[in-house]
Amino acid sequence: MTAAITEEPPQIEAPTKPAFAASIGKIAAVVASYLQAAPLALILGFFFLLPILMIAVVSFWDYDFAGLYPDFLTMNYTDTLGSWVTWKTYLNTLKYTALVWGLTLVIGFWVAYFLAFHIRTTTMQMVLFLVCTVPFLTSNIIRMISWIPVLGRNGLVNSTLVEMGIIPAPIEWLLYSDFAVVLAMVHLNTLFMVTPIFNTLMRIDKSLIEAARDAGANGWQILWNVILPLAKPGMAIGSIFVVTLVMADFSTVQVMSGGQSASVALMMKNQMSLLQYPAAAANAVVLLIVVLLMVAAILRVVDIRKEL
Amino acid sequence: MSHEKRTLEFYVLAIFFAVFVFFLYGPLSAVLILSFQGPDGGLTFPLNGVSVHWFYNLFEQQAVGDFGASFKRSFSLGVMVMVVNVLVSLLAGLAFRRKFRGSTVLFYLTVASLVVPSIIISLGIGVVFQQLGLKPAWYSSAFGAHLTWTLPFGVLIMFAVFNRFSPSYEEAARDLGATSWQTFRHVLLPMIAPSLIGVGLFGFTLSYDEFARTLMTSGTYNTLPLEIYGMTTNVTTPVLYALGTVTTLFSFSIILLALAIILVMRRRQAKLV
Repeated sequence: MTAAITEEPPQIEAPTKPAFAASIGKIAAVVASYLQAAPLALILGFFFLLPILMIAVVSFWDYDFAGLYPDFLTMNYTDTLGSWVTWKTYLNTLKYTALVWGLTLVIGFWVAYFLAFHIRTTTMQMVLFLVCTVPFLTSNIIRMISWIPVLGRNGLVNSTLVEMGIIPAPIEWLLYSDFAVVLAMVHLNTLFMVTPIFNTLMRIDKSLIEAARDAGANGWQILWNVILPLAKPGMAIGSIFVVTLVMADFSTVQVMSGGQSASVALMMKNQMSLLQYPAAAANAVVLLIVVLLMVAAILRVVDIRKEL
Repeated sequence: MSHEKRTLEFYVLAIFFAVFVFFLYGPLSAVLILSFQGPDGGLTFPLNGVSVHWFYNLFEQQAVGDFGASFKRSFSLGVMVMVVNVLVSLLAGLAFRRKFRGSTVLFYLTVASLVVPSIIISLGIGVVFQQLGLKPAWYSSAFGAHLTWTLPFGVLIMFAVFNRFSPSYEEAARDLGATSWQTFRHVLLPMIAPSLIGVGLFGFTLSYDEFARTLMTSGTYNTLPLEIYGMTTNVTTPVLYALGTVTTLFSFSIILLALAIILVMRRRQAKLV
């Protein structure tokens, strides 16, 4: 709070020296900015930047069951990248990411489109938007578990289908399968797509659409040539969220595949539980590079700083 | 647009939206219903009688480990994160209103904190604490880990708020002779208060449910999400659903409380104008 007080340049007593006064005011403003930004910088410095640097350093260290030993080995990297398992795991993670990204993008766009263009009152828009948002603020793990009574061998879907005589025996691959993993990931992450797309769609000037209609465009042409290009920034921001969350996921994969599938983060988690920190760190560095490259690719579409 | 007849597109999308909402809430309601499973019932339908047996079971120590204590830890941690999140985001938001050296770096650092996988941050903080000889605990290392996730949301929200905030209100206050503290306290703060409540809500709920970042940083004592995650592998009774129902209802009431406060504030402001 004290920093807020210093926000205003102090009153200057010597009006005869305006240049001097202005420079003092400027300095005070700069100091105030630094004081206000300091807590954020310190917290991110200690709990974000330092840990990432530490991971990069530790990834070159030696280790055994008793501890870590500072060193400069590339063993952790050659072990990871030289292993067929790693590549298969990456491929699997990328497969989940591509599927979940595609599904959340399509679902998220249509949900946001419906809210933005078909709901006529702002109140109703906000109510329906909140209906979509509330589950996102509840526990991910509970939301994963909630699929068990639905998809399980004796779950709702199977028992209904069997009773209706559509299938002779329960479908086994509904739960503890890739299908379950992707379904749960879509369930958990679609909101990250809906929110930014809704946000950009709401800012589209309605007169643009009327202009397009007056110029003779039909519904699909308006959608394809007017709305979609303008919605791109929202889609990009949503994609960043979904891609980074799915690339780093281990709990959904573990719970929903019943331990049958692997992801990069799950591999890391297993190494961590065996106290193989340098191996996990090497994996972390590789994963980080992959994720940052993906984000950089998405950012080519949009300048997020302009979109806020 | 508002007086046109509803098109086919509307009805198709309305059905799509309804299915989506059902997809969001359907499984949750299955958990809600099954938590009232009879004492002999299992993890799936049908209901074997209706009882509150599993809720009783939840509050017995031996059934599900230390549910009460882990809830208390998660709640305290959530409140800590909420308070720090609001204060730090507000200050950073104010700072970003002016250009200063390093502002771009700090901005991208904040965005990066959102983008870097949680498990990497969890591992990093775990290793830092280990190398510094510090003991990780929910109130130190996990607290910091949660902030790396909630602060970017808070800062970006404040960033968006101040981008749309016209400085003419403050100029008017200043012209009327208000000091900078008065301008802040009586002009700026009331106008951005609803957004601050939102930042606080995000801080609390994200921390309360956070799991991946707590994994390597919570130390000896589990937070609630870690406790629940442990339960998924070794608890095979509906007590798991009872816990799910209780924590979900708790989250819902926190969200409703925050929304109610925001609504009241908006009303009051509307009256003033």
